[in-house]
Amino acid sequence: MADVPDIVRDMARSMTTSVPQAAALGFRFVSVSPGRGSLDVPWRADLVGDPDTEVIAGGVVTSLLDHTCGLACAAAAGTEPFSTATLDLRIDYMRPAAPRAGVVAEAHCYKITRTVAFVRAEAWDVDRGDLIATAQAAFVVNRPRPDPAS
Amino acid sequence: MTTAGPKTPAEQLETFLQRVPYVRFLGMRAELAGDEMTAILPFAPHLVGNTFLPALHGGVIGAFLEMTALAQLSVAQPSPRVHKTIDITIEYLRPGRAQTAYARADLRKVGRRIANVHVEAWQEDRDQPFAALRGHFLLSGDSST
Repeated sequence: MADVPDIVRDMARSMTTSVPQAAALGFRFVSVSPGRGSLDVPWRADLVGDPDTEVIAGGVVTSLLDHTCGLACAAAAGTEPFSTATLDLRIDYMRPAAPRAGVVAEAHCYKITRTVAFVRAEAWDVDRGDLIATAQAAFVVNRPRPDPAS
Repeated sequence: MTTAGPKTPAEQLETFLQRVPYVRFLGMRAELAGDEMTAILPFAPHLVGNTFLPALHGGVIGAFLEMTALAQLSVAQPSPRVHKTIDITIEYLRPGRAQTAYARADLRKVGRRIANVHVEAWQEDRDQPFAALRGHFLLSGDSST
C-alpha cells in the first residue's frame, strides 16, 4: 500500500481522538493511503438503533461514513493545511448490520480540486463482499488564502 | 391512565424515543402539537465535529434528521417494530452551531411499504435552515399484518 506523508498519517490517527463526536462513538483508526482512509466502530449497547434486534443505529453508520469520507479528503489533500465541511451526503442502506456487530468503513476521495472533494465510501460488518451501506459525498475544502506577498 | 388499547400519538412517540438507545446517546427529544412533531437536539459537547468553530459533526446532523423522520413515521404509522431507512440524502446548508437544533419532518408520500420523507433542521430562525434531508423508508407492518 502506497504511503502518505507523516503529517497526514498523524492527522489521520488523531481524527478519531481529537474530534469529540468520533471519540464519543468510539471510532478507531484502521488505515490511510493516498486518497483513501478506513475507520471502524465497535458495537456498543448505547449505540443500538433497534432494541428488538440490537443492531447498531443507522445514525452511527452515517457518522462513521461522514468521518471516513473526511479522512479520505485529508489523505488526498497533501500536506497543505485545510479544513473540510460536508456539502452533501447520500447514503444507501442495503441491509441492517448483524446483531451486536461493529462496522468498518472505507472511503476513496477520487477527485479533489481547490474547493471541492468528491468521495465514495462503503461500510460492512463482517464480510467486505456483503456491504451494509454505501455513500457518495461532496465536501467543501477550505484552504488558507494564498499569501499576497508571495 | 393505564388502560390497554391503541396508544395515542404522544405515547407512540414517547415509546420510540425511550426505546431506541441511540436516541438517548444523541440526547434527542421531541414535542407533539396535534400531529405535528418538532424534534429537539440540545447542544452537548460530545456532538461536536469541528472544535475550532465549534460546529456539530456532519454525521450527528444527518443522524438527527434521520431520527426525526423515523420518529414522525412512528407517530403516523404506528408499528411495534422500528421502520428501516432505505436511503437518505443530506444537504448541509450552513454549519450547525453549538446551540439547540430543531427539526420537522414532512411525510411527502406514505405508501403501503415505502414512505418518502423530507426533513428540515434549523437553530435560531426556522426560515434559515442549516440542513435538510430527503429519504425513503421501509415501513414495518403493524401488529395486525
